[in-house]
Amino acid sequence: MGEVKLFFGPNHPGMHGNFSVHMYVEGDTVEKARPLPGFLHRGFEKLMERRLWYQNLALIPRICVPEPDINEACYAMAVEKIAKIDVPERAQWIRMIVLELARIASHLMSFPGIGGTIGLYTSSFWGVSDRDRILDIFESLTGARVYHMYIIPGGVRKDLTPKIQDLIFNTLNYIEERLGEYETLIFKNRIVHTRLKGIALLDKETALELGVTGVGLRATGVPYDIRKVDSYLFYDKVDFEVPTATEGDAYARVYLKYLEIYQSIKIIRQCLEKMPEGKINVPISEGNALRYRVPKGQAYVHIESTRGEYGYYMVSDGGEKPYRVAVRGASYPQTFIGIEKYLPGTRIEDVPIWLSTMDVCAPEVDR
Amino acid sequence: MANKSIPKKEFFAPIKAWKYIFKKPVTIKVPYVKREAAERYRGFHINDWNECIGCGTCAKICPTDAIRMVEVDDLPHEYGKKPQRPVIDYGRCSFCAMCVDICTTGSLKMTREYVHVSPEPEDFIFAPTEKGIHGIEDVPVGWIRDEGSDLLELERVEMEMIEGEGRSKSFIEYVKGYSKEQAMHEAARCVECALCTDRCPQHMQIPEYIKAIWRDDLTDALKWLLKGNEENNMLGANPFSAVCGRVCTHKCEEACSLGNRGEAIAIRWLKRYIVDNVPEYDKVLEARPENKGKKVAIVGSGPAGLSAAYFLATMGYDVEVFESLSRPGGVMRYGIPSYRLPDEALDKDIAFIQALGVKIHVGVSVGKDIPLQKLKNEFDAVFVSTGFTLGRSTGIPGTEHEDVIQALPLLREIRDYLRGEGPKPKIPKSLVVIGGGNVAMDVARSMARLQIMEYGKVDVKVTSLERTYEEMPADMDEIEEGAEEGVKFYPGWGPVRIVIKNDKVRGIELKKCLQVFDENRRFNPKFDENERQTLEAEMVVEAIGQAPDYSYLPEDLKEKLEFVRGRILTNEYRQTSVKWLFAGGDIVNGPDIIHGVADGYWAARGIDEFLTKGVK
Ligand code: SF4
Ligand code: SF4
Repeated sequence: MGEVKLFFGPNHPGMHGNFSVHMYVEGDTVEKARPLPGFLHRGFEKLMERRLWYQNLALIPRICVPEPDINEACYAMAVEKIAKIDVPERAQWIRMIVLELARIASHLMSFPGIGGTIGLYTSSFWGVSDRDRILDIFESLTGARVYHMYIIPGGVRKDLTPKIQDLIFNTLNYIEERLGEYETLIFKNRIVHTRLKGIALLDKETALELGVTGVGLRATGVPYDIRKVDSYLFYDKVDFEVPTATEGDAYARVYLKYLEIYQSIKIIRQCLEKMPEGKINVPISEGNALRYRVPKGQAYVHIESTRGEYGYYMVSDGGEKPYRVAVRGASYPQTFIGIEKYLPGTRIEDVPIWLSTMDVCAPEVDR
Repeated sequence: MANKSIPKKEFFAPIKAWKYIFKKPVTIKVPYVKREAAERYRGFHINDWNECIGCGTCAKICPTDAIRMVEVDDLPHEYGKKPQRPVIDYGRCSFCAMCVDICTTGSLKMTREYVHVSPEPEDFIFAPTEKGIHGIEDVPVGWIRDEGSDLLELERVEMEMIEGEGRSKSFIEYVKGYSKEQAMHEAARCVECALCTDRCPQHMQIPEYIKAIWRDDLTDALKWLLKGNEENNMLGANPFSAVCGRVCTHKCEEACSLGNRGEAIAIRWLKRYIVDNVPEYDKVLEARPENKGKKVAIVGSGPAGLSAAYFLATMGYDVEVFESLSRPGGVMRYGIPSYRLPDEALDKDIAFIQALGVKIHVGVSVGKDIPLQKLKNEFDAVFVSTGFTLGRSTGIPGTEHEDVIQALPLLREIRDYLRGEGPKPKIPKSLVVIGGGNVAMDVARSMARLQIMEYGKVDVKVTSLERTYEEMPADMDEIEEGAEEGVKFYPGWGPVRIVIKNDKVRGIELKKCLQVFDENRRFNPKFDENERQTLEAEMVVEAIGQAPDYSYLPEDLKEKLEFVRGRILTNEYRQTSVKWLFAGGDIVNGPDIIHGVADGYWAARGIDEFLTKGVK
């Protein structure tokens, strides 16, 4: 039998965003796979060099739709590092709350991802609608549900009111309660066990070799989490654990995400408790937003996204726009090299499982 | 696993989810249930057109170029406002709300409206009003700017000054000027709306030079001061930058869009910063135009005369200026006290004008030493800008006494004395100044200084018809600083007579003023004749306005000229009804220096047209 070429692209319900894979298959087995981002090419990094420091705040969240706040935080922190700005304490706690809420929202989103891939649609509906409750919080806090444009260099844009704190508190209680149901529905589900266990395997050596981080790496037993290994904001002042597994398969990766939601809830509760009153931002430089300037310098900042290590390397020449910005998208290694190297040998129906549990985020890959 | 071991699979697990089948769904039915958006929701915009000034700052910050400023026909064109309003393209808007956070007036807000369906693409491009996108009353407001999200810095960088007591002991300039850091900081507040340019009589390219300060490129900044806009025939240039950077009436600052919510940019101080800090001041304008072989005479070396000389020289004319006093500068040299405008600043500007080849003849009085007709014969055109040099008197009984004097001669005497070029003026132990304008303040503050030097204490009283400080035409700074220096104010009183005993001035009798202007804003004072008071004084200075001295104009010429309330009537190019004669400054237009500069500019253009094309 001859080799057949299959296009697995954005029109497929199991595909993630504007991404595609060209597969050469023999029977049910993938012989060769080529990742083709191909649909975005928006050149975020170059676009940033043409926009004022402040204007970029509207651009960067678009780099990763499920987790826009990571970009906002990285950008802001890089500016602050170059400009040596001390961010008010309250703003730092609020940022942690936002980032952990974003983590929960993104993890909840991965349940629909896996549900759609293996046919467990109840998990899709549950995940999406529960994620919406987090988006409600974002809407109250930032004025927008998805692209928040809330974390700015120097702090955050609006204060966290007692009313919003109550909303967060109640929502977390609700989600925590729901997690038990998720465990029954998804993780005790024999279909899920059959479809995810031992599938899309990645061992520790390979993960390290590719530069895979996040749950992809932690599922191989390496407890690498930037929040612990190079703590930022006030992560060193809160108590939380980094769940790991050794199986290295799709199931372990999804289950780790599930466990991480518990940890995020724990972190947010501590933040709400520890957060002091006070200012929520300081100006990055004198004058108005049209004339913000960041002093000469460069910085790399990295933070733990749901996909792993997310980083911004930024250079300022002291001008009104960034001189250079390079983004380390967390899902780049497993998406590009991983697909080409590790998909051959798997069955066609397992390809979306790799893509899903490896958290392919198309715009973040194809910047 | 760190926290929990991997769950075992269960046979019935998928079926357990069925228990939710009768539960209320968390999803919302659309469109049957209209979901109320959160209080801060970033939906479509609203804009209050009465508040919006069309500054375009929202369009400048918009990261997606979703905002265009569009001219609206029936909006009035007033200073401080543009007849434009933002139009938003919702095909581009990213709903970031930066436009709201930077809006200079607070007119722009976002709403909680988020549903808008239309098959027409044009329906997504609209100029928001206070009725939002759907034209309804009481649009639910969403995202609004607050202190945390504001993108403008509203407070100006404070100017350091010598404090009241210290400065009242000398005539040294008390405004210290900005440091580099302060100037760059202040310049960083500008939003480049150019409403100031519109307001400035000389239409200086203010945002350009402010931006150059922000870039720390002072040579470029100075070029903008001196060259203005080349495409526009140098409109926007000002050869009296060092002077205007100190004593301009800064109308521009009244128009500054930042003044709507905060403090206007300190445009005047920024201008001064440039001039004070460019070392090679006179080398900035390198290009020298070709000589046109024509000569222009200028009578009077005040701001209008010397500005005309400057502009004409840069166009290639030979210019000669005739000044009756011993130094050039007119009111800048002899009227304004040196604590506001030191000679060095004026000299800097004048030296630059001279460096362009302008000849200034001092101590030559046209009409006495040279007849005007002679200038007409020897030059191709003549520009007169002789200013208002005579004082006006209240005409009340007693003003003929030698200790009742006029403001301008006194100020001239003081400046000559301080330069070591004249005798010490009479310094009374007590003084009353009549008038509420800046000239009255100049007299009061100068005499207060002389009194401190002479007697160690101040007794200067200022009385004016205007009943409040706001009504007084003087700058509020002048009044406040005068008060700090010991000057006492008696606003709301009209002079009745000078009290003279034994041939000596003893004071002035005043009556209560009930109204200065009538309902048509015409000067029409009303008094309460019964309420009176007397202020003690050894000397009284009248500072109620000045008048022109046209004695140098021959009678036949005077007959050909048209006068309106003492001022000479000209066309927009400052050409009088006598073709070769141009006029500007106080005698035509401006009550201040920048109007004089603008007159000089327009006259130079008019003279150029007259001499090159023989037009008009
Ligand atoms: S919300 Fe943002 S993108 Fe939309 S018009 Fe305002 S500034 Fe532009
Ligand atoms: S910034 Fe505000 S005041 Fe200026 S044009 Fe825009 S809406 Fe109008």
